Amino acid sequence: MKDLLTIDDLGAAGIEEIMVTADSFAEVCRRPVPKVPALRGKTVVSMFFEDSTRTRNSFDTAAKRLSADTMNFSASASSVSKGESLRDTVETIEAMGVDAIIVRHKSSGAPQQVANWATASVINAGDGWHAHPTQALVDAYTIRQEGRSFDGLTIAIVGDISHSRVARSNIEAFGELGAEVTLVAPPTLLPSHAEKLGAKVSYDLDSVIGDTDVLYLLRMQRERMDQALVPSLGEYHRSFGLTPERARRLPAGSLIMHPGPMNRGIEISPEVIADPRVRVLNQVSNGVPVRMAVLYLVLGSAAQDRSAA
Amino acid sequence: MTGSGALHILRGGTVIDQSGTRRADVSWQHGRIAEVAESIDPPIGSEILDASDAIVLAGLVDLHAHLREPGREEAETIETGARGGALGGYTALVAMPNTTPAIDCPSVVRDVLAMAVGVACEVIPSAAMTVQRKGELLTPMGELAAMGVRIFTDDGDGVQDPALMRRIMEYATGLANSTGGQPVVLAQHCEVAALSAGGYMHEGEWSSRLGIGGQPTEAETLMIVRDIVLARRTGAHVHFQHVSTAEGIDLVRQAKSEGLNVTCEVTTHHFTLTDAACASYDPVFKVHPPLRTDADVAAIKAGLVDGTVDAIATDHAPHEPHTKEAPFDQAPPGMLGLESAISLALTELDLPIERIAALLSWQPASIAGIDDRHGRPIAPGEPANLCVLDPNERWTISGAAMASRSQNSPYEGREVRGRIRHTIFNGEATVLAGEATQ
Repeated sequence: MKDLLTIDDLGAAGIEEIMVTADSFAEVCRRPVPKVPALRGKTVVSMFFEDSTRTRNSFDTAAKRLSADTMNFSASASSVSKGESLRDTVETIEAMGVDAIIVRHKSSGAPQQVANWATASVINAGDGWHAHPTQALVDAYTIRQEGRSFDGLTIAIVGDISHSRVARSNIEAFGELGAEVTLVAPPTLLPSHAEKLGAKVSYDLDSVIGDTDVLYLLRMQRERMDQALVPSLGEYHRSFGLTPERARRLPAGSLIMHPGPMNRGIEISPEVIADPRVRVLNQVSNGVPVRMAVLYLVLGSAAQDRSAA
Repeated sequence: MTGSGALHILRGGTVIDQSGTRRADVSWQHGRIAEVAESIDPPIGSEILDASDAIVLAGLVDLHAHLREPGREEAETIETGARGGALGGYTALVAMPNTTPAIDCPSVVRDVLAMAVGVACEVIPSAAMTVQRKGELLTPMGELAAMGVRIFTDDGDGVQDPALMRRIMEYATGLANSTGGQPVVLAQHCEVAALSAGGYMHEGEWSSRLGIGGQPTEAETLMIVRDIVLARRTGAHVHFQHVSTAEGIDLVRQAKSEGLNVTCEVTTHHFTLTDAACASYDPVFKVHPPLRTDADVAAIKAGLVDGTVDAIATDHAPHEPHTKEAPFDQAPPGMLGLESAISLALTELDLPIERIAALLSWQPASIAGIDDRHGRPIAPGEPANLCVLDPNERWTISGAAMASRSQNSPYEGREVRGRIRHTIFNGEATVLAGEATQ
């Protein structure tokens, strides 16, 4: 697999391979010296055209634990601010000799374009509203840790679906694994033809919550109020937020997840954050082993053998 | 090619014009057709062009071409645009006014006309409806019409303010009906900016999947509805540019059946491509109005068949290559069209060549007010503005091979049927055996 741009690039078999590989890297991460030489001599550059501490650090740590050399490129500090085009930036980085480029960009499709121009492998760390495949893999891994089968698992994704790359990748991943996904949002926050994305749609969280095995909350951005998509964040919270009352109606064995960072009082009431069903910290700590698995699958010796064959 | 004093003869072709189809040779001299007869004996000193197995048509007329000059000569100049037009069989191009400066006053019109002297097509400047196309103040339409400007458009944008659009229509109607009246055509780029804001492709299943902001159908149809209502009140001739939606075609059909003086054009890309093409995120497929769905393509084709659509235009929109290598949302919208239009029409439309010629030649000529010299019947005395189409030649479209300074054709690698062999403009060959002569 040369590039990882969307979950579709993996399929169910690819997702499973990453899950199993992440298990062994999770063990590595628990060692006193959490490092293996698997990617020694490889150079991995993070090209982040959009701010992100969490994902960038997660990838950086993952690369280093595999003994790869890392380079960091952030748009504001670079010549992009001097007017260098995306293609020129990619070709300049490639000229320095890199094996993998991890791209985060505010424009949907940018990693695909980078992959068209680059010979290095490209990993999508989040593009616009389109895809965030490693987040979906982390989320799938987190659910898998609980030991429940995905087959028939009911997952409700709540929030600003139309602008969410996390939602799109999760719909693909969870669907691929056999779960039943329902998107919960007001019509203004749902993309056109939402049902065609492969999930059910509901405008009413209260009718769905009693049957939900995994409640996945998306971040609600404050700008959406100004764009006439929701009347106010207060109304959003009352209708779609995980309040203590809704938390009581959510089944006892369910999981509560969020890609972070959480907006207290909007997606989730502050009192609910301490609920034992919340798995947000697991999602964060799973980030490194899952990303190690991704890097290993794209750049490791097995990948080299495959491309040489 | 010797001077226009010599007699020129197109031999062996089939002539198709408004009056029908016939096997005939065509001769011309001093820029005018001399004879159209089944076999013309070439006198000594005449120039003979081979039209065997080919079709002789009136030169094509494009109602919608962006020639970028003045202001964006790196993307295209009037000269390079006209050369591309000639290679596509065109003898007249209506130049859109979204140049820098905009064509919104007599001096810029004069400038464009001066730059168009000696190029391979007749360039017909259109002028903006509003000063600098800002959508606020009227341009001096009377003065511009007196100079010969016939088509007024803020193309690139539609006029957003309904009260202003009403006044533009009323004023235009006054011009049309005054002594020595100049009929004017108000050509509208129908796009309600408030609805299309943040949209870079068609709002639909594909935009949802790709995570790209969409322009809904209603951004176009609401303005068509508005202008039909206003046209009903004012009697203005409104020409709807690049209609891209099934609903838009229906609205025009209804308006015409009511007897309103409205016309419309569609572009080649809107009946040959859909929004699915954007899946590659290649900005070569980015255009306003955007590529839409299969249902919209089908409706446009139906409109071409039943006469709802008056003309096929190209909306030829060159952009420097590096600008189309930006992320999809950031890249400028628009595609090349002049060199591939007739081939795509022939390959993709289930229409006889007579109908295709009408849509590409005499019907647009009439809307542009140049049907005294373009899109004429092929008969003695008429101006020699012709093109020769080999309907069977297959070729592969390549943006890099085009005469344009830019390369942004969405048809890269596509095989089509039908190629222009010769183009004759004012009796001079601008294209000979598929090559531009200047």
